[in-house]
Amino acid sequence: MTGTGPDPAFLAVRGVTKRFGGLLAVNDATFDVGEGTITGLIGPNGAGKTTLFAVVAGFEKPTSGMVMLEGEDITGRKPHELARMGLARTFQIVQPFAGLTVRENIAVGAFLREAKRGAALEVAEEVATRVGLADQLDKPAAALTVAGRKRLEVARALATRPKLLLLDEVLAGLNPSEVRDIVPVVQGIRASGITVLMIEHVMQAVMNLCSQVHVLAQGRIICSGTPAEVVAAPQVVEAYLGHGAAKRLQGAAHA
Amino acid sequence: MKGALPILAFAVLMGLAPLLVASNVVLNFLVFTLIIALAAQGWNLLGGYGGQYSFGHAAFFGTGAYVTAILQVRYGMNAYPAFTAGIGVAALVGLAIGFLAFRSGLRGSYFALVTLAFAEVFRVLANAAEMTGGAAGILIRLQANPANFQFAERGTFLWVALALVTLALLATLALERSRLGAQLVAVRENEAAAQALGVDVLAVKLRAITLSAAMTGAAGGLYAQYFLYLDANIAYGTWISVEALLAPIVGGAGTVFGPVLGAVILHGLGEATKSLAGSIPGIDLVIFGIVLILVVRFPPRDLPGLLRRRRRA
Repeated sequence: MTGTGPDPAFLAVRGVTKRFGGLLAVNDATFDVGEGTITGLIGPNGAGKTTLFAVVAGFEKPTSGMVMLEGEDITGRKPHELARMGLARTFQIVQPFAGLTVRENIAVGAFLREAKRGAALEVAEEVATRVGLADQLDKPAAALTVAGRKRLEVARALATRPKLLLLDEVLAGLNPSEVRDIVPVVQGIRASGITVLMIEHVMQAVMNLCSQVHVLAQGRIICSGTPAEVVAAPQVVEAYLGHGAAKRLQGAAHA
Repeated sequence: MKGALPILAFAVLMGLAPLLVASNVVLNFLVFTLIIALAAQGWNLLGGYGGQYSFGHAAFFGTGAYVTAILQVRYGMNAYPAFTAGIGVAALVGLAIGFLAFRSGLRGSYFALVTLAFAEVFRVLANAAEMTGGAAGILIRLQANPANFQFAERGTFLWVALALVTLALLATLALERSRLGAQLVAVRENEAAAQALGVDVLAVKLRAITLSAAMTGAAGGLYAQYFLYLDANIAYGTWISVEALLAPIVGGAGTVFGPVLGAVILHGLGEATKSLAGSIPGIDLVIFGIVLILVVRFPPRDLPGLLRRRRRA
């Protein structure tokens, strides 16, 4: 898919490299996200996943490489321009507007497409219902639990009416029952026609949700495929467990 | 509009003052407090709602005041267009300073320092320039006639000042309920998150500082018309920068009534201490300082905020 001519991928990341001084955070990363899919981006801690997200969402300029959304080059565009084009992101470290209520938080996102306060507040309520925050609308955002704040991140992003939603570890820090609760929310987002790219460590959720997974290790994409293919790939096992681990595991399984 | 009722009630109550009180001292105090409240409301748009703490709102106050005065004295313009031009030029100065400061991403104390520096530069320039009357200052000729935006009765001037403050309050309320207001508060709370939600942070800050400068510029023009005399230390002095930020912080930054409330509290306290301990020079400033320390040490957020929070909980 890296050839010339129109790229069929909905989101195409091409040879993206991001260097911070001497640190090579992302090294020549190339992958696609198909329209209407939930695609996973996994990898060990420090692999560069969040940096790659920041590049795609316009928060960091890549040192080299290109990002395309629906065939249009969006490399280096500002985050607010990308949001207008339909690209929304959540933050791994949640960033609520702490002094505002849940309703007001979500309305900020809704104001992107709605000029009137009444309409924006309506969208906020509707989105809150979708992510299961309807009964907490008037709480200050600072009073939400961790799970609630993660939902708020998703709700605000959804309120901008995105085409592509980047979820940065929305399940991290949640207990298993909270994870079970939020999985259908993500499925519902895809069902409503929004393409999802998610960074995730919770493998159970990745296996359940994603049709395609890309594995990033030390800044490089080392494997792409279905979740089942990816977890079986020796280079992925080694990236997580260390050099030679795949062989030893195989040996152990045979013994 | 919802929320306009308390504003109108305030306007009516304050508007009764000239009918009930004849004392020039009291009326003077009220007019001065209203002028400060207007300047502070301007600061509140940028600092209270937008979280960009300016220490140099004198730059806008002074520009509004000087333009109002100079156009009349040097160019023989009528006071009303001069006053309007003063607001316009102050807004432009706000836009220019905002562009220079925000484009380079200055925030927090760096932004505060840059605004302070601009105000000081203006003060030094105004003190030296011929156009402004230099250190001798500039005097607007006394022609007490409503056609000249001058009034024989202090009470009449109070009504004019009150009308402007009421307009400012209504404008703030409208801002609070608008898209710009929501985006401005989002920028204050978390810039990165606001950007991710499609907020053009630079554009929002520039709009806010322009509105803010216009409002504080109007206060400056009003000051010129009331006292009919300006010099650089009045128009561009640090005193007004401090007044403009202290009132909202005490009364409630980022609320509609905060600046008015703060101006009344501070000046009420100031006047009270002056009349009680009149012989000690600067005692009101000492009180200002103590109030500021208390407010910063024990942030109530603000009085209306406390009430609102209690209702919410």
